[in-house]
Amino acid sequence: MSDPIIEVKDLWTKRGQQTIHRDLSMQVDAGDIVGLVGGSGSGKTTLLRVVIGLDAPAGGTVRLFGIDPLNAGRQQRLAMQRRFGTLFQGGALFSALSVFENIALPLRELRSLDKRLIRDLVMLKLHLVEIEPRHAGKMPAELSGGMIKRIALARALALDPELLVLDEPTAGLDPDRSRSFVKLIQSLSRDHGLTVFMVTHDVETLSTLATRVAVLADGRIVADGPLDKVRQNRHPFIASFFGTAEPATNPD
Amino acid sequence: MPAGSVQLITTDAGERIVVLSGNWTLAALRSTIGRLFGALKSVSADPTLKWDLRQIDALDSTGALLIWRAWGADRRGSTQFKKEHAAIFERVAAVPPVEPSRWRPDLLAPIVFLGRRESRFVEHVLALVALIGMLVLDAVYLLTHPRQLPWREISATIYKAGALAMPVTALVGFLIGVVISYLTSDTLKAYGAGVYIVNLLGISIIRELGPLLVAILLAGRSGSAMTAQIGVMRVTEEIDAMITIGISPVSRLVLPKVIGLAVAMPLVSMWAIAAALVGGALAAKAQLGIDFFFFLDSLPKVVAADNLWIASVKTLTFGMAIALISCHFGLRAKPNTESVSNSITSSVVASITFVILLDAVFAIVFRQVGFD
Repeated sequence: MSDPIIEVKDLWTKRGQQTIHRDLSMQVDAGDIVGLVGGSGSGKTTLLRVVIGLDAPAGGTVRLFGIDPLNAGRQQRLAMQRRFGTLFQGGALFSALSVFENIALPLRELRSLDKRLIRDLVMLKLHLVEIEPRHAGKMPAELSGGMIKRIALARALALDPELLVLDEPTAGLDPDRSRSFVKLIQSLSRDHGLTVFMVTHDVETLSTLATRVAVLADGRIVADGPLDKVRQNRHPFIASFFGTAEPATNPD
Repeated sequence: MPAGSVQLITTDAGERIVVLSGNWTLAALRSTIGRLFGALKSVSADPTLKWDLRQIDALDSTGALLIWRAWGADRRGSTQFKKEHAAIFERVAAVPPVEPSRWRPDLLAPIVFLGRRESRFVEHVLALVALIGMLVLDAVYLLTHPRQLPWREISATIYKAGALAMPVTALVGFLIGVVISYLTSDTLKAYGAGVYIVNLLGISIIRELGPLLVAILLAGRSGSAMTAQIGVMRVTEEIDAMITIGISPVSRLVLPKVIGLAVAMPLVSMWAIAAALVGGALAAKAQLGIDFFFFLDSLPKVVAADNLWIASVKTLTFGMAIALISCHFGLRAKPNTESVSNSITSSVVASITFVILLDAVFAIVFRQVGFD
């Protein structure tokens, strides 16, 4: 398992005339739990979208499981897409499908599992994210924001992915749920060797969960490493993000 | 990735052990899942067997669930695991069993269905009446505070539903004019009554076809857009945001659409009527040899001007009805995509049906006006 799961090299992305990433390089190895932080508008979500192949980069290469997501053949891309699960910021549950159907959808798409196994798998995933079975028949519109988030996580986990891509996983969760989310990801990572690439603002999630923190500022990764190391970086964004800046030593 | 395999071996001590090995993950099992489950089921029929899962290379929740289901009961006591796999089984075991809900035929279902439909219809009518009421109250308020009238929204509606609809209504009107003129000319010629094409086209297009055609076109074109806009605003909670800011959605969204369409519809319909008459006159020239200018000249002599007034009143009413119904369905959409799409369908169907109903009413009310 020497190949990195995510490999981004010299990435340039543009939105209209505005350059978002310039010469950005980073990689995520198997078993890593990487937290990506950065100011709002710094291009965290865009980086995430480029990595999973939703947006095209203006330059540079992106490899996910060793495959370029935009130039892969149909079969190759499909096989690659089944190896990762994505949790979008707003959940992105299919509003026309019930909770159960939402989680069952990726399993059904495999077209090789029987009904009962799908049902049991869905119930297992729901139990993982602490949603009671009685909510399974509800529609996304009837749920609270926190529940939508957890159900979206269950859907991301449906295919037992090797990589989990999370956009603000704990935003909108109460502290208690956020802690149980951290616990769940930790145990999945321990037992299944799950790799996680997440965008987050939550310092607590970062400090308890992330094995590595990557800081995105000025269009590139300005610091990458364990949290303690990153905290010591003198970059102004890092200083203000972790509150390590002292007004006397950092006048601007 | 070698898929999982099941072996039943007998040790030197004479103990029979089920040994699982290989990859027990969803990705590896996909194609062989049915066969493996059968194999697991057959060995787990004997509850005295011991299980050895230590040779499994990779296990995920699908693999664990498959084994768990084959067991039919908790057999972790007689099983040896790798340490990390024990945790996975822990999670599988923790899921509370669900009772599959049994489907019972409901004999009353058809009656309940009919009743629901009926009560939903009544509900729609009541809500529509309430909307009209709110609209009138808001309109009265705005008349006394004219500076708060949503002029920009009104002009936007007139532009979008009126000006932008001109090409398509002209094209459709022109073609309808050509077709009617073409189809009737043979019959008229047979009776030597070719000049009556002017009366026929004038009355039918101005009084009936023009207004109805434009109403149906705009119900499909602008009505659906209005329902979609308001429906999506419900999904994204924009309507709620408007209310909290203190803007009434009725006066800011519904009222300008009703006024805008009431203004645009008569104008567009005059435009379409003109196009249809031009089309009819050209076809009459080709088929009956009636001069284009003779056609235009005799039109006001044989078709009373009242017909234009009737057309205007009709289209004004149609415009208001279409805007009202479209907004009503948009406001009633539930915040999900399915409901929005259903709302749009219902809105267009209801608008067109209601417009044709109104048209029938107008035909009866004005049956003595506009004929010489």
